[in-house]
Amino acid sequence: MAIEATTQPVHGHRSLQHHFENMEQQREAGTLGMWIFLVTEIMFFGGMFLAYALYRSLYPAAFASASNHLDITLGAVNTGVLILSSFTMAMAVYFTQVGKQRPQVLCLVLTLFLGLAFLGIKAVEYHDKYEDHLIPGRLIPGNPFNPAVQEEGQPIDHHKLHLLPGATLEKVEMFYWIYFAMTGMHALHMVIGAGLLTFLIIFSLKGRFDPEYHSPVEVVGLYWHFVDIVWIFLFPLLYLLGRHFEHG
Amino acid sequence: MSEHIVSVRVYITIFLVLLVGTALTVLAAFIDFPWRLNTIVALTIAVVKATFVVLYFMHVRYSSRLVWVIVASALFWMGILFALTFSDYLTRDWISTQTG
Repeated sequence: MAIEATTQPVHGHRSLQHHFENMEQQREAGTLGMWIFLVTEIMFFGGMFLAYALYRSLYPAAFASASNHLDITLGAVNTGVLILSSFTMAMAVYFTQVGKQRPQVLCLVLTLFLGLAFLGIKAVEYHDKYEDHLIPGRLIPGNPFNPAVQEEGQPIDHHKLHLLPGATLEKVEMFYWIYFAMTGMHALHMVIGAGLLTFLIIFSLKGRFDPEYHSPVEVVGLYWHFVDIVWIFLFPLLYLLGRHFEHG
Repeated sequence: MSEHIVSVRVYITIFLVLLVGTALTVLAAFIDFPWRLNTIVALTIAVVKATFVVLYFMHVRYSSRLVWVIVASALFWMGILFALTFSDYLTRDWISTQTG
């Protein structure tokens, strides 16, 4: 009868959950769900980008002065590290799709290593800001926001802030609130990503993924690339906005 | 609809494009462009880089229409967030200059 023909059981993959028709439907549902999560993440970071845009438009001179104190070399190197990690992540997805386990594990380990390298460089930068008393407010007990200011005619000291005309320390502090909030939230996302990669590496070593079942790799990849995109915007907006005033 | 596997060649190309974009944005930052062009150039390069990541690394170019709609919805709501907030802040002194 016709009814029996339509209710044939699908003998599926071991990773196929019972509420999905087949592996492809399961994978598409997972990808879609991840994208919806990423939209909420875009809105979350969007609020901070809005705060940045607003205060920068109100206090352009202070934002340029504060930004010029950031280490452009470390920022640029970190951008390269993150882009390379996005590439190795994409390659991890590729090797899972074509069913090559060893390069897949290698790419995941490389991605994790590059992610940790990014966090290490970020830690060096944070430490520099700590040394120069640039941690805003009184977040660090005994080391409130109190940077030294470069006076006209004195020898140039890179630990001192050079204030452009119209900039005040109060508004420079505003920049550093936003800087630490945005890079801090970004770094937290990197830490979470590193944790997810660790799980992927364990499961990958156990041979859990194959061309038919690679959703976890794909979905963590989407997350990792999203975090990369946030940094693609953070780097020019935080590090590069005022350079042309000093080197024009 | 079967899955599209992006080739290694495409991934390497995108990786190189992203590196060149990063170098360009650093170089452009040290040139003093007129008006607000510095910000516009920096944001344009960032948007181009992000678009490449979304389309190729994140496979959106080969994804279903539903994924496209979801990605577009994020941009749409970001637009509302920025447009409504700045329509307030950017127009505030229009009133104060008339009254004060």
